[in-house]
Amino acid sequence: MPSRTMQTIMRNGLWASSMGAALLLSACGNIQPWVKPYERDRLADPIMSWDRDSISSAYLDHIRESREGARGATGSAGGGCGCN
Amino acid sequence: MTLAHRNPARLAAIGAIAALLLVQAGSADVLPDNRADVFWSRYSGGGMDITGKSVLVRKKFSENLAVEANYFVDTVSGASVDVLSNASVIKDERKQKSGTVEYVHDKTTYSLSFINSTERDYVANTTHFSLSQDMFGDLTTLTLGFSHTRDRVGENVGKTDAPAVQWLGHADSRSYDAGLSQIFTRNLIAGLNLEVITDYGYLANPYRSIRFLDNSAKGYALASQVYPNTRTSTAVQGQAKYYLPYRAAVTGSYRYFRDTWGIRANTYELDYTHPIGNIWIFEGRLRYYQQRRANFYSDLFPFAGSQNFMGRDRDLAASQDTTIGAKVTYAFWPEGWKIFKRGTATLDISRIRFKYLDFRDIRDYNNTPAGGNYAAGTEPFYHFDATVLQLYVSMFF
Amino acid sequence: MRSSTMTGFKHCIVAAVIVTTAAFAAAAAGDAGPAPAFTLTNLKGQSGALSQYKGQVVMVNFWATWCGPCQQEMPLLDQMYKKYKPAGFTLIGVNVDKEEPPVKELLARKPVSFPVLLDPANQVSKAYHVDEMPSSVIIDRKGEIRYIHRGYKPGDENEYQDRIRQLIRE
Repeated sequence: MPSRTMQTIMRNGLWASSMGAALLLSACGNIQPWVKPYERDRLADPIMSWDRDSISSAYLDHIRESREGARGATGSAGGGCGCN
Repeated sequence: MTLAHRNPARLAAIGAIAALLLVQAGSADVLPDNRADVFWSRYSGGGMDITGKSVLVRKKFSENLAVEANYFVDTVSGASVDVLSNASVIKDERKQKSGTVEYVHDKTTYSLSFINSTERDYVANTTHFSLSQDMFGDLTTLTLGFSHTRDRVGENVGKTDAPAVQWLGHADSRSYDAGLSQIFTRNLIAGLNLEVITDYGYLANPYRSIRFLDNSAKGYALASQVYPNTRTSTAVQGQAKYYLPYRAAVTGSYRYFRDTWGIRANTYELDYTHPIGNIWIFEGRLRYYQQRRANFYSDLFPFAGSQNFMGRDRDLAASQDTTIGAKVTYAFWPEGWKIFKRGTATLDISRIRFKYLDFRDIRDYNNTPAGGNYAAGTEPFYHFDATVLQLYVSMFF
Repeated sequence: MRSSTMTGFKHCIVAAVIVTTAAFAAAAAGDAGPAPAFTLTNLKGQSGALSQYKGQVVMVNFWATWCGPCQQEMPLLDQMYKKYKPAGFTLIGVNVDKEEPPVKELLARKPVSFPVLLDPANQVSKAYHVDEMPSSVIIDRKGEIRYIHRGYKPGDENEYQDRIRQLIRE
């Protein structure tokens, strides 16, 4: 049975680290975006979308994957106006 | 022989389509506009002529729910380098139907898709699920996805006009993908994608054969391929898009691929998009792909049964291909018309040069420049050019 | 370690939590307090200030030409403006586009009757801590911010009207 001091240290250590974790997680949720919503004009431009015409990119991907050995990891999501 | 009847590639093609359905998720907050696309394509190269026709419709049923349906038909004709016997021109058709449901709740988008691809000697069914989450002030998007494909593989042992399909087995493929997209500045967005695919079952193309040296007149004989019944692959891709000081965007991407068959591949792509007002968008693209051969691949084996696994499918060979493409989009209804918000027509032309470093073209065996025969294993390496034309009309409503 | 040190350590952590929470709360300060004053120009170059509307219920709507949901709510905002203007309500559209031509072009095609002021330097957006596009800030007759609505989904206009009616009656 650890000494009372050790017990206190462990208890407080646990408390401190869980508070720390909670702080970190709440901090993550509260990171202020460095690109503000009203600065997303360029990102909202269709030329900045990852995939403007999915029917065409799906077709080109199909052609390639039928002839090449490699497959996968060809898309991305995200970006855009970030509205709502 | 049917359209791109390469089992690992087929599984992957379905996966590619499924992955692109994932891309449709876009921003996790607002579902994209309704749209209808009518699409026509033509691939010609390497002796093959493939026409593709497709229709896609996407509609929102509320601010949170959207449904997308796609129907695609490929018609193949021609005789590629893989047709080793004196076969007639093949004609075959592949039909693909897919349906996707997308649901948005707060900062999360959920997507579920079903895809069925059917041709005379190959049936594939895929289920794909993904979720996309916006975080850190909507600057970061995390996407996770899972796909499961079940294939039934067959071989047409009859003739083109009198087919007789012999079903050879099943293949099962599972794909796990994760993606992170990050907005760095007002002008720069980058993405990182990882996809791991595991296949199990009948993974070979039944129409391909291996060849090995023997004492026949030609110097070689054909035999069936022997493929492993499992394959696991990993692909990692990084891409970035940058808005130039004038209204244009440049995109760069790199993908690294490796699998348990010994294939290592690198893909580099560069894109430039230049709009003019609200009416025109011009796009230029350059792509370079290079792969190392699979460890059980050889163009010519020393004798029958020299290895446990043997393959001669050119998908597995050491090769490279370079693509140069251009795309023009014209908005014929830039401000819409009646119920349509916008209407565009696009023409896309790509020219691809394929070069094989250890796959030989054995069709012209008695056609050396000196008028004699090629000794087995000295035939020229295969290379060909292909042109891909795409024409489609997109209407947003 | 002595228990008194541990107690002191504990207090330290509690203080840190309180201070940090307060800091995060302060980050969302735009949600209450007096509405920051501003003076901006409209498309014609004429000056417009928030102070002109003191004594009225004011809704400041932050919008952009490139923002889909903003476009969706504009006609509804216009209707709302016409309806409640006689009762002492004003709607000010603060546009955050970095350039004027797209704004001019959009308003020529889809005109609105409420005043539209331009904030290309985004100073007013910063002052109001705009963290979502679109954002609507409802200010009471005394010039205090009473409500901030972030984003727009069809049906939100009912909420706007409820709040406006409530503040008009005050």
